[in-house]
Amino acid sequence: MSQHRRSQHLFEPALVKEALGQAFVKLDPRTQFRNPVMFTVWIGTFVMAIVCVWIAAGEKGQGGLVYNIIITSILLLTLLFANFAEAIAEARGKAQANSLRKAREETPAKKIFTVGEMYVNEVKVIPSSQLRKGDLFLCEAGDVIPMDGEIVQGIATIDESAITGESAPVIRESGGDKSSVTGGTKVLSDQIKVRVTTEPGETFLDKMIALVEGASRQKTPNEIALTILLSVFTLVFIIVCVTLKPFGDYANTPITIGAFISLFVCLIPTTIGGLLSAIGIAGMDRALRANVITKSGKAVETAGDLDTILLDKTGTITIGNRKATHFHPETNDDPKAFIRLALLSSLADETPEGKSIVELAHNQGVEAEMEKGMEFISFSAETRSSGVDLRDGTKIRKGAFDAIRDLGLRSGHVMPVSMEVVVRSIAQNGGTPLVVALNNKPVGVIELQDIIKPGISERFERLRKMGVKTVMVTGDNPLTAKFIAEKAGVDDFIAEAKPEDKMNYIRKEQQGGKLVAMMGDGTNDAPALAQADVGVAMNSGTQAAKEAGNMVDLENDPTKLIEIVEIGKQLLMTRGTLTTFSIANDVAKYFAIVPALFIVSIPGLQGLNIMNLHSPESAILSAVIFNAIIIPMLIPLALRGVAYKPIGASALLRRNLLIYGLGGVIVPFIGIKAIDLLVSLWF
Amino acid sequence: MKQNILPALRLTIFCMIFFMGIYTLVVLAAAQTLPDKGKGKVVIVNGQEKGWELIGQKFTDDKYFWSRPSAVDYNAAGAGGSNKGPSNPDYLQQVQGRIDSFLVHNPDVKKEEIPSDLVTASGSGLDPDISVQGAYVQVKRIAKARNLPVERVQELVKRYITKPLLSMFGTERVNVLQLNIELDGTK
Amino acid sequence: MNTEIAGIILIYALTAVLAIPLGRYIGKVYEGHRTWPDLIFDPIDRIFYRFSGIDAKKELDWKQSLFALLTINLVWFILSMIILMNMGKLPLNTDGNPSMTADLAFNTTVSFISNTNLQHYSGETGVSYLGQLTLMLFQFISAAAGMAACAVVFTAMKERTTEKLGNFYVYFVRSCTRILLPLSIVVAVFLLFRGTPMNFEGKAHYVSMQGDTVQVSRGPAAAMVAIKQLGTNGGGFFGPNSAHPLENPDYLSNIVENGCILLIPIAMVFALGYVLKRKRFAWMVFGVMTVGFVLLLLPAVTQEMHGNPAITKMGIAQPMGSMEGKEVRFGPAASAYWAITTTVTSNGSVNSMHDSLTPLSSMAAMLGMMVNAFYGGVGVGFLNFYIFIIIAVFISGLMVGRTPELLGKKIEAKEMKIAAIIALLHPLLILAGTALSSWLYAHNSAAYAGWLNNPGHHGFSEMLYEYTSSSANNGSGFEGLGDNTPFWNISCGIVMLLARFLPIIGPVAIAGILARKKYIPESAGTLKTDISTFGMMVFAVIAIVAALSFFPALTLGPIAEYFGMR
Repeated sequence: MSQHRRSQHLFEPALVKEALGQAFVKLDPRTQFRNPVMFTVWIGTFVMAIVCVWIAAGEKGQGGLVYNIIITSILLLTLLFANFAEAIAEARGKAQANSLRKAREETPAKKIFTVGEMYVNEVKVIPSSQLRKGDLFLCEAGDVIPMDGEIVQGIATIDESAITGESAPVIRESGGDKSSVTGGTKVLSDQIKVRVTTEPGETFLDKMIALVEGASRQKTPNEIALTILLSVFTLVFIIVCVTLKPFGDYANTPITIGAFISLFVCLIPTTIGGLLSAIGIAGMDRALRANVITKSGKAVETAGDLDTILLDKTGTITIGNRKATHFHPETNDDPKAFIRLALLSSLADETPEGKSIVELAHNQGVEAEMEKGMEFISFSAETRSSGVDLRDGTKIRKGAFDAIRDLGLRSGHVMPVSMEVVVRSIAQNGGTPLVVALNNKPVGVIELQDIIKPGISERFERLRKMGVKTVMVTGDNPLTAKFIAEKAGVDDFIAEAKPEDKMNYIRKEQQGGKLVAMMGDGTNDAPALAQADVGVAMNSGTQAAKEAGNMVDLENDPTKLIEIVEIGKQLLMTRGTLTTFSIANDVAKYFAIVPALFIVSIPGLQGLNIMNLHSPESAILSAVIFNAIIIPMLIPLALRGVAYKPIGASALLRRNLLIYGLGGVIVPFIGIKAIDLLVSLWF
Repeated sequence: MKQNILPALRLTIFCMIFFMGIYTLVVLAAAQTLPDKGKGKVVIVNGQEKGWELIGQKFTDDKYFWSRPSAVDYNAAGAGGSNKGPSNPDYLQQVQGRIDSFLVHNPDVKKEEIPSDLVTASGSGLDPDISVQGAYVQVKRIAKARNLPVERVQELVKRYITKPLLSMFGTERVNVLQLNIELDGTK
Repeated sequence: MNTEIAGIILIYALTAVLAIPLGRYIGKVYEGHRTWPDLIFDPIDRIFYRFSGIDAKKELDWKQSLFALLTINLVWFILSMIILMNMGKLPLNTDGNPSMTADLAFNTTVSFISNTNLQHYSGETGVSYLGQLTLMLFQFISAAAGMAACAVVFTAMKERTTEKLGNFYVYFVRSCTRILLPLSIVVAVFLLFRGTPMNFEGKAHYVSMQGDTVQVSRGPAAAMVAIKQLGTNGGGFFGPNSAHPLENPDYLSNIVENGCILLIPIAMVFALGYVLKRKRFAWMVFGVMTVGFVLLLLPAVTQEMHGNPAITKMGIAQPMGSMEGKEVRFGPAASAYWAITTTVTSNGSVNSMHDSLTPLSSMAAMLGMMVNAFYGGVGVGFLNFYIFIIIAVFISGLMVGRTPELLGKKIEAKEMKIAAIIALLHPLLILAGTALSSWLYAHNSAAYAGWLNNPGHHGFSEMLYEYTSSSANNGSGFEGLGDNTPFWNISCGIVMLLARFLPIIGPVAIAGILARKKYIPESAGTLKTDISTFGMMVFAVIAIVAALSFFPALTLGPIAEYFGMR
C-alpha cells in the first residue's frame, strides 16, 4: 500500500502561504454568499466597521472606539479563519492532484496523422496538450504516455508507479479488459497504438481538481440538508438578537450595536459554518490520498452509507490464484511415484496452478528434469486437460474430474470410487481437484486450494461492525464458493457468477433499500458499475468501466472499497460532531454574554455570571475571541476527519456525544474564562 | 376542497347534536340522581341557609375565624385571584398591611407565627379553607371575643381539621365556614 | 414523607398506570383492531359516517388528510364566530350575558378551534350557556382533530412504503366517540359527585353569615370541566378555572382532574408503540418526555414549597410555602405540579394563579410551553416531538457516519427544511410577539398602562407568558395582563392560528413524504432510535432549540426577577 507516499504535513509552508492569500480573496461577498452562516458574519463585520467610523465621528453611546475596533477586527479574523480553513483544504487537494497531473503536462506525443483518404502512419511529435479525443498516438519503449487512452493495437509493459506508487510493471494490451492506459505512466517495452479517450482538461484528474476548487463544487444532498439546519439556527439567533432590542427598551437597558453583533456571531454556528466546506474538500482529498479519484463529493458521502459491497474473490479475498496443497494418490503403495507423475505433467505448465504443483513436488523431495523427447500437451478447451507424452510413449494427463473420467471411460478405465470420494471431499473443502491419469487410467488427485489473504477476515469483521454486508463474487461452483465464503468470513456469495448475476444481485439489494458498492474492471462490468451506488473502477480497467463507475482506483487494489467506506463515514462524522460541538458551545457563550449585556442596569444578574468574568467588555471580548480562534484550532480535525471506530452505531453515538457534545459544553467555559483572565488586563 | 366541504359541514352538525346535545343531556341526567340535582350544595343549619358548602365566605369579624384575603371579596359571581407577582412592591406593601392589621387584631400573636395563607389572596378568591396554623393563630382572639376558654376553641379547631386524603395525600386544612357555624353554636 | 409530596407522586403514578393500557386501547382504535366497546361504538360511528356522507373505507394520502383537516376547521371557525357574536340574543342565556365583540370573538374562536383555550373573557360573565356548550363542542372536536392528525403520522411511520395513510375522518370520529367521549362521561359524573354543578340555572344568591348578599355563578360545568381536562383544552367554565371551588371541589377531584391532564398525552406515546409495534421506541419517547417533565417539576415544587422570599423577609411564617393565588385545599406542591403538567401539555387549565408563581416556577412553566413536547397536547404533543426527533436523527446520523434514517426512512434536505421551519416558528412567534408588545409599552407606557398588572421584570414575564401560551396553544396565562383589548385579541389570535396549523401541517407532510420513500431495513450500521443514547440526543436538541433561543428573554423576565428578590 502506498497511501503514505504523498502524505504531507497538514500545514506545509507553501500551502499555508497560498491559503492565506486565498483567505483574503474569499472575503468577496459573492463568495461569502454561498455560505449563509458566514455571510451573516460578513454583514456583522461590515456593520461593525461602520459603527467604528460612527464612533470616530463622535457618537458616544456605543462604547469606546478601541473596544469596537477590536471587536471588528476579531470578527474579520473569524471570517479569515473560516476562509483559511476552506482555502487550505483546497490547496492541499489541488497540490495532491497537481502532483499527479504534473507528470503529463507537456509530454511530447507522437501523434499519428491521417493523410488524404487513406491511413498513412505519418507520425509527428506534438505537445500532449494538443491531443484531442479520438486522436491516435504511438508509444514506444521509454516513452511517457501523454494522455489517457485505450490501446487499439499492440501490447506493452508499463510502469505505472507515477500514479500508483507500485513499482512492478503491468501489462496492457489491446482488446479485453486491460486496454486502458493513463497519462503520465511510462512504456517499458514494446510498442502500442493508443486512441485518446478524453479531451484535455476532462480527464478524471482534471475533474477531480475542478471538484476541489470552489467553482464547480456542488453541495452534496447531505451538505444541503445540514446547511438548511445551520441556516435555521442562524435565523433563530437573528430573531433572538433582533427581539432583544425591544426587550432591552422595556427593561431600560441600552444595548450597544457591538454587543448585539457579538452575541449574534457567538451564537450562530460559525465553527461548523466556517469548516463545513473544508470538511467536504478534505473528504475528497483523503480519498485521493488513498489513490482513489472520485467523480463527485456525493460518491464519497454515499460510500459512508453502504450496506452491501460486492468483492471479486480472486485478488480480493484470495491471493491471486489457487495453489496445489496436497497429492492424493489412488493407492498408498508408492506416493512418490504419483507425485513424480504429477510433476512431470506440470513441468512445462506455465499456468500459476502448474507452477504451484512443481513447487509442491519439490518441497516434498521429488525431482524431475525436462528431458528430450518429452512432448507437452497444453490445455485445450476441447480436452480440458493438459499433460505430457514421455519418450517411452507414456501418456500423463491432468484435468478436471469429469474430463479425466470421460478420458478413462473411453479406454475402459472406470474411475475408482475411492477417488470420487476424495474429489468430492476436496470440493467440499473449497478446493479444486485435478485428476491425474497415467495412460488414461486415473491414478490420483492433486488438490488445489485458494489461499485466503492474511488479515482479510478481520477486515470483513470490521465491515460487519460498520453494518456493511460483504458479498463474494466468484466463478467457482457453489460448494467451493460456500467454503471460501465461510473461511474468509464474507456474509454472502455469488457462485458461478456471470456478469448479469452481479447486476441482478445489485438490483435485488437496491430494491430492499440498500446501497451497494462494487469494484470492477471489465467492459462487461460496466452496467453493474453504473447500477451500483458506488462503482469503483480499476484504473487498469477499460474505458467503459471507468466511465460507468463513480470512482477510479489508481492502485487497482480490490480491497480499496473498505477504505472508501471509512472515508465516507469519516466525512459525515466530522460534519456531525463539529455541528454538535459548535451548537453546544452556545451554552457557555450565553453565560458569558447575556449577563454582560444587562449587568449594568440589572445588577442582580451578576448571579448569572457563573464564570465570574471580569467586566462586561472583557466578557464579550473573551466570547468573541474564543469563537474566532476555535476555528483554526479545529482545522486539523476538519482536514484529518474524526477517527472512525467500528464499535457499532450506538456506542459511536455515545462516544461522540460525550466527546463533542459534553466537550462542546465544557471547553468554552474553560476557554472563555482563560481568555478573560488575559483580556481583563486591559478591559 | 370541494369534496371536503360537504362532509365537513355535515360532520360538524352531527358533532353539535352529539356533543352539545346528547353528551350534555347524559351528564345532566346523571346529575338528577344527586340530592341537589347538580345545582350546587347549600349549607342549611336549623332551616337557615348559611351559604354554599364549597364556597368560602368573607369573615372579618373578630368573633369569627377569618378567611383568607380575597381579590374579589368572596363574590362568587365573578371569581378570581389577585394576579400579583411575587416581587410587585405594591403587592408586598399590601401584604405588609395585612400583617399589621392582623397583629392589631391579634395582639397576643407574634409576627413569626402568622402563616402566609392568612395574608395572601387565594387563586379563586373563594377559598373555603385556611391552614391549620392559620386557625390556631386566631384562637386567642376568638376566645377573647366570645369569652370562651382558649382550650375550648382550640379543641373545636382540632375537631374541624380536615385530614389529608387517606391521611397520606395532600394538605391538612380547616374549613372556615363549618368552623364558624360550629362556633356560633358553641356556648 | 410529606403528605403534599406524596400527593403529587400518587397523581403521577395513577396517571402513568392508567395511561399504559389506555395507550394500547388508543392504538387498537386507530388500527381498527377489535376492542370490547366496539359493540356500542360501531353503530354510533356508522351513524356518524352515514349522516356525514363519509366513506370510511377510502384511504387518503397526506395532502388529502391535511385538506380535510383544514376544511373542517374552517367550518368550525365560521360556526364559532356566528354563535359567539350573537349569543346574547340566542337561547340558553339565563344570566343575560352579552355577545362578544368581533376581536374578542376572533380570539376566542381561534383559541378554541386551535385547542388553546386562551380565555380573554371570564366564563361567568362573558358567555351564555349556549356559548359555553359551543366552546365545549370545540373542546371535543379540536382535541380529536389533533389526535387524528397524530394518527395519520403514526400510520405514516410504519415500516412500509405507501401513499395511503388511513382516513382522517375515521380517525377523527373514532377519537371523539371511542376515546374522548367515554372518558369525559366518567370524569364528568365523578365531578358531579364531588360537587361540581351541572344545571342550566342562573346565578344563585345567598346571604353570608356576616350578612353580605353574595351571588354564585353556576351552569353546566361538570360536562365542560371533564373534557377541558382530558382534551388538553383547559378552557374553564369559571374565570379562575380549576382553582374555583365549584370547578375543582377538593383534593380528590384535584387528583382526577390533574391526572386527566397527562392521561391522553402519555397514552398517545404508548399508542404509537402499539401502532408501530415498537414498544422500546415508545418507551424512549416516554423517557425523554418524563425526564424533561421532571426537570421542570422539581424546581417548581421546591420553589413554591419554599415560599416567596420577599414575604419571608417580612418575618411571617410560610408553613405551606408561597400561597398567593393558591388554594389551601391543594397546597403549593399540588399547585406547582398542576402548573407544570398544564404547561408541558398544552392544557392550560390552572388550579392556582400563575401570575403569582415565584419566578423560577413561572420560568419552568414557560419552558414547558416553549418546549411544548414533554408529553404535549393530545396528538399535537407528539407531532412537536416528532420535529425534534427528525432534527436529532439528522445530527446523530451524521455523528455515526451515516445518512440519517428514522425508522427505515432516509431524512434528506426536504424533510430537514420542513422540520427546521417548524422548529423556527415557535421562537419566532413568541419572541416577535413579545418584542412587539414590549416595544409598544416601552415607547408609550402611558397609552398601554392598562396592560400590565405588575411592574418591572414580572410585567415583562406577563407579556412573554401570554405569547408563549398562545404559541404553545396552551391557554393558561399570567392573568393579570389586561388582555381583552383589540391588540392582544388579534395578535394572540394570529399567533395561535399559525402555531396550531403549521406544526400540524409540517409533521404530517414530513411523515407523508417519508412514508412514500423506500423502506430500508435495519443493519448493524443503522443508528437505533429506541436506545437511551438517542434519547439523550433528542433531549439535547430540545434543550438547545427550545431552551437556548429563549434564554435572553427569560433572563429579562423570571431570571432577573429571581435574582432581584434574593
